[in-house]
Amino acid sequence: MAAWPEIMAAQAGGHFETLDAETAAEVEALAALIIPSTDGPGAREAGVIYCIDRALATFASDEREAYRNGMAQVQAKRTELFPASISIRALSAEQQMALMKAIETSDFFELLRTHTVLGFLGNPSYGGNREKVGWRQIGFEDRMMWEPPFGYYDAEAAKGGK
Amino acid sequence: MTEPVDFLVIGAGAAGGVVAKELAVAGFSVVVLEQGPYLREKDYSHDEIKYAFQPGLTNDPKVQPVTYRKSDAEPARRVKAIEYGRQVGGGSVHFTANYWRFHESDFRERSLFGAVHGADLQDWPITYADLEPYYTKAEYDLGISGLAGANPFEGPRSKPYPLPPMPAKSSGVLFERAAKKLGLHPFPAPVAILSQPYRGRGACVNCGFCESFGCEMRAKSSTLVSVIPVAEKTGRCEVRSGCYVRKIETNDAGRVTGAVYFDAARREVFQRAKAVFVCANGVETPKLLLLSKSKRFSAGLANSSGLVGTHLMWDNGVEVQGLFEHPLNEYKGIQATRLIHDYYRSDQRRGFYGGGGIDARFDYYPISFALHGLPPDTPRWGSEFKRTFATYFTHSMSLLSHTSSLAVMSNTVTLDPEVKDAWGLPAPRVTYDYHPDDRATMKWLIARQIEILETAGARKTWVQPYAVADNMPSRHLMGTCRMGNDPAASVVDAHSRAHDVPNLFLVDGSNFVTAARQQPTATIQALAYRAADFAIHAAKRGELA
Repeated sequence: MAAWPEIMAAQAGGHFETLDAETAAEVEALAALIIPSTDGPGAREAGVIYCIDRALATFASDEREAYRNGMAQVQAKRTELFPASISIRALSAEQQMALMKAIETSDFFELLRTHTVLGFLGNPSYGGNREKVGWRQIGFEDRMMWEPPFGYYDAEAAKGGK
Repeated sequence: MTEPVDFLVIGAGAAGGVVAKELAVAGFSVVVLEQGPYLREKDYSHDEIKYAFQPGLTNDPKVQPVTYRKSDAEPARRVKAIEYGRQVGGGSVHFTANYWRFHESDFRERSLFGAVHGADLQDWPITYADLEPYYTKAEYDLGISGLAGANPFEGPRSKPYPLPPMPAKSSGVLFERAAKKLGLHPFPAPVAILSQPYRGRGACVNCGFCESFGCEMRAKSSTLVSVIPVAEKTGRCEVRSGCYVRKIETNDAGRVTGAVYFDAARREVFQRAKAVFVCANGVETPKLLLLSKSKRFSAGLANSSGLVGTHLMWDNGVEVQGLFEHPLNEYKGIQATRLIHDYYRSDQRRGFYGGGGIDARFDYYPISFALHGLPPDTPRWGSEFKRTFATYFTHSMSLLSHTSSLAVMSNTVTLDPEVKDAWGLPAPRVTYDYHPDDRATMKWLIARQIEILETAGARKTWVQPYAVADNMPSRHLMGTCRMGNDPAASVVDAHSRAHDVPNLFLVDGSNFVTAARQQPTATIQALAYRAADFAIHAAKRGELA
């Protein structure tokens, strides 16, 4: 399982393996639009950006170029839509939504969506799903062992209900 | 150690593990060559990123590319069209563990149903009765849980299951109630998972990570934890992992003499043997035969019929999901606990060939559910996306159909003329398109699945838009070295022996004449026990030396 002290220490220092701090902050702003912090923790609180960074350093290393190109395209789209803006994270909430709508059919959006979900609901040892906030939101608990009944309906059947 | 052995077994999966154990216990020396690593339960984990989003236990297209095209009129492109278990134990390590016997009718569908236009539907050269003792042997040797007699459509069995069925989950309870209301015949899913301790292994603890994962408790009855240890204990069987065969060698008499393989350090080694079993799966077996060309076997080994690699059959089926009022918590416990075979048989009145079994299950882990399991009209990002995956995860279930796949001559595995793997061997090129009846069957069953879910009280049901159109990758690889009595119309005989080569056996999904209704593992293993039995007697008669 997750080596929490190490991960937290690395994250506290803002340490990234592949992303620079500026890019990381911009990617995180997009991830936070995919899984927002409404009704409980979202991508930001789960530390999704750290999982994305870890992925790009390891099993998804061949996607680094897709991130470089994809982020360049997103920034170009931002400048096109909001010429006076300076960054994704500095946009207003409404502007951010408009930007996402403008990119939601792109290949890079798919990649980012996949990685955001990996970081929110994946094993915490990759740096995301911090303190299992993602799993807690969906009602999943990772255990080695369960005993029936597992849910409402099998419990009902065990009680002799119809 | 490359001393000659009695038998060389290529592939340590569902079939190879069984064959190795039978031969070694009978007193023969055996070497098993396996492409993948030798992993143990301590090597596995519940890590969805590793096992569902990377090829943790399956073929890695980065090192072993696969190419695919719909027909030979279009260029093949690199895509993971097929997937197989790639370690000692093969697919029996990471499979969902469904363990269905074929029905009596599956072996003679041509006689029962008649010819199908555009397909090559044939009877098997063997019957259910021929295979029954070997199904029973497999169930006892490996450890299968189920309830004998509960499936009214199953053929006669000589013995009950060695272990009682697993407990019904909420999906099983809802499904059973609804199916009974509709006059159907639900029964406990037969599974290669231990419901009670068995032969030194402990019972399943319901952790929920069967499909795509290796079992950390040794409760899934893979060949890795059941028969392979028995083979090794004889002292006559050596399993060599990380060993990838590139060619089976033959002599002037037209007999096989052994195989050349790359060892873990990619050195070429020749292993001599008196007889060879190829159990590499429905894609890797024909690939190896096509690679093993020689002067005498110019179209590939055992390929005088020209049929090696043809009639590839696919892993067909469609999932329909439903949302319920109360929590089901389907992530706990094994995947499927109840099913029906009421729609299994082909029926001329439907206007097309085919049928299917339907099981109640949950096919998703947290990540795959959020990415691929939500209703198609769910927003793909934002608070509504988040709210939907967060609330649906514990409250939904699936009904999965497992459906027929017709044997079609033009659906093939061939050698890609350009794309090579990391060892320099040609990539398998898959050419596959659905027979119209296979699509019609899946569509027809979707309506039955929705009916059951609605009867069960689902508040909402949905089908993924890609269903029926694009089931990829296929994980059930069948039909490419089909079994038959006529050497001009089949590759192996009724005992899985190559028609062309008396000391070469091919046994895995490639033998299948029909795909039945998926869940091929029980039949692959029954065929393996039967072929091994035949080979043992043939060897004792001196026929293989």
